[in-house]
Amino acid sequence: MLSNKSIVRLSIAFGIIFWTLLLLTNLSILFDQKNNASLGIPQFLPHAFLILFILSVGVYYRYSIGKAESINFIDLLWRVFVTGLLTTIVSLSIKFFFYVFGGSMLTKNILLINFFYLVNLGLILSFLISTFIVWKRLILYQKSKKLLRTWQFFEYFLFLSLGFEFSGYKLFDVPFNTVILLLVGIGLILSVNLKWVAYLNFKQKWKSILFLLLVIIYLWYFFMSLVGYSNESVLITDLLNNVFVLAVFAFIFIYSVFSVLVILFNLPTSSVFESKLEEVINFQRLSQTIPTGQKEEQVFEILLDSAVSAVFADAAWLEITDTKAGKQELLVRNLNPDLIDKIKEAAQNSTLKRILNSELERNPTSQKLTATLKKVPFKSILVYPIIVKNEQIGTLALLKEVDDSFNKEMIDIINTYVNQASISIENFRLLTEALENERYKEELKIASRVQKSLLPQTLDKNHDYNITAFSMAADEVGGDYYDTFRINDNKVALIIADVSGKGTSAAFHMSQMKGIFHSLAQLDLEPKEFMVQANSALSRCLEKTSFITASYFIIDTKSKVVRFTRAGHCPTLYLDGRTRETSFFKNKGLGLGILRNSSFEDYVQVNEFYYKPEDVFVLYTDGITEATNQHQEEFGYDRLRTSLLKHANLSPDKIKDGIIDDLYDFCGKRSLDDDYTMLIVKFSGHENVKSVESVKTKK
Amino acid sequence: MIEISTAEDKEYVCISVGGEVDASSSIQLDTTIQNAVSDGYKKIMIDCSGLNYISSAGLGVFMSYIQELEIKEINMVIFGLQDKVFHVFQILGLDQLLKIVDDEKSAKGLLNVI
Repeated sequence: MLSNKSIVRLSIAFGIIFWTLLLLTNLSILFDQKNNASLGIPQFLPHAFLILFILSVGVYYRYSIGKAESINFIDLLWRVFVTGLLTTIVSLSIKFFFYVFGGSMLTKNILLINFFYLVNLGLILSFLISTFIVWKRLILYQKSKKLLRTWQFFEYFLFLSLGFEFSGYKLFDVPFNTVILLLVGIGLILSVNLKWVAYLNFKQKWKSILFLLLVIIYLWYFFMSLVGYSNESVLITDLLNNVFVLAVFAFIFIYSVFSVLVILFNLPTSSVFESKLEEVINFQRLSQTIPTGQKEEQVFEILLDSAVSAVFADAAWLEITDTKAGKQELLVRNLNPDLIDKIKEAAQNSTLKRILNSELERNPTSQKLTATLKKVPFKSILVYPIIVKNEQIGTLALLKEVDDSFNKEMIDIINTYVNQASISIENFRLLTEALENERYKEELKIASRVQKSLLPQTLDKNHDYNITAFSMAADEVGGDYYDTFRINDNKVALIIADVSGKGTSAAFHMSQMKGIFHSLAQLDLEPKEFMVQANSALSRCLEKTSFITASYFIIDTKSKVVRFTRAGHCPTLYLDGRTRETSFFKNKGLGLGILRNSSFEDYVQVNEFYYKPEDVFVLYTDGITEATNQHQEEFGYDRLRTSLLKHANLSPDKIKDGIIDDLYDFCGKRSLDDDYTMLIVKFSGHENVKSVESVKTKK
Repeated sequence: MIEISTAEDKEYVCISVGGEVDASSSIQLDTTIQNAVSDGYKKIMIDCSGLNYISSAGLGVFMSYIQELEIKEINMVIFGLQDKVFHVFQILGLDQLLKIVDDEKSAKGLLNVI
């Protein structure tokens, strides 16, 4: 298919070709008549070329004049005006030419007259058709199905009337007049469609009237000049004998007159329509959510401006007193801020004041009121509180120089505006809050990641024992800690610790514990000394109600002995690989940070045991033993012991998985309310185990 | 849920703690003890017979008063602990620092009140 652009270009080319052909045929027929020669040009050819020319012009304007929108009515009329102006200028120049050469033979030359007539004809037809298309766009603005059908019928009828050329009927012949009357009748029916007029503002209406009056003048002038040509000389193609042209003339004229009248009658009401439209637009502006990055102040600005223009206020102020957000601001319009206190006082003392709050929402702190003022430059005031989430965040005050000038309709509009502004602000705040929460979530995710990295990815082990760990936090971050540190070739320090409480504060203390462990472990301290030092360090940095329980082990693979202390931590579960006997190491101990003085060392007890192959010990935090099922029973020490015995023959990893599965089965869910951690150490002593193996830690 | 009630006498105050003491409810316990201390009582009894569960944060409350009570020469006795709850005190080592007795009678005896 051809594009719009190429159709327009083709139609121009065809228009020019057909016009030239029309000219040539006309002139040759005239030449024949004058000289009695016969060039054999058939009489119907000029008619045919005229029709083709009209069609080309029609196609050109159909594709080059865009759809009517409320914003371009004036542009469309402007276009009509310009086309008409051009045509008039050319037509007047021709007239001027005849006037100048009035006496000479040149002006009597019938060929020349016909040439100029055809130039005029081409331009007038262009004007008529372009105006016709513009009228079509205007009529079909906000079209209905019925209207569209009528219009199509009108167009087809007009199209068919082009063929009337060949009938040979002339103006005032009965069939000719019948067709014209029919066409004009339909045109008249269509001319009542003037919806576009309502969308013009006051200024545009005046412009439209001007353009339309000019169109009427053009029409009159063109028609008269056509009549002039027709009367004065012999014409081969006389437009006055063309049904189509006359019908279009009449239609354009009728619609122009209708439009002018309707616009004139609409002039007085246009300000009302405009202010209603403005109200709608203001309302829409207020109801749009505030884009992120912008501020609430903008809503206040819009509210103030909309309110002022809606009630034609002479002055206004908007006081923002948002105690929650700590904001205090004053926006004024046409008002000296110093006057505000005076006006407020005048409003309070006014004898003619009316409180507008409904009975239900009567609240002395946020009154809606109108009042008549005295001793200030304004005579009446309308005060409206701005309330967001049941809290007053500001006051809107509108002032007028005339007394008692806020009517019910104005108050209703202000009410709607203020409500809408409140909703906008509330939405904006909710959105900001949501974004803030989102940011906190992100921060917590980071904290969680950082904290996971505080737990060791690998644990020190050697051919004498294997070790595995499992840790899970109830929240994003937790307070459980475990770690190993290789002191020398034979000695490895091992710690498990549990910070009181859970969540963020516990996580901070846990990281302190890690620092203390790594500083002290490398000093190769005795377990008791380690605990005393750790207690001393923590006493200085723990919160008043916080403490840390820990168990500290030194595994010496040379002498096959484990020395350990327990600082208030859950007793270690030990399984003798040979006898299958289990025990909990309940040596004396006190949590770190409980006694924050030197007497702590009286409460530290060191134990030791010699390990044998297949011995297992289980370190854990109270999250495991205190985990409850739906009957509020705790998992407890006995179930832990039973579970260990069940899985003891397996590798440490399998023992760990087994015990955790048993724990989950007991609880009936796979997440617990507290942080929980478990380490399994299993001694082998005869087989080589890879010295380092990765340990998985979950959330 | 925590249930706390305070019974005041001329010489002593008895705080009854029931239900569960966790991180959030421990604040209530803290305030109650704090009030008793600032009221100037030299003898405080804590009745834990209704206490089913105490978290480490709850233990932290008792722990945080050990040194203050010593300095202010205040006698505090805890009684009526359930075995399970006592065990928690025991593991942490708090039984070595706090005066914990079986029942009200022993508590009163320890505090020298009738």
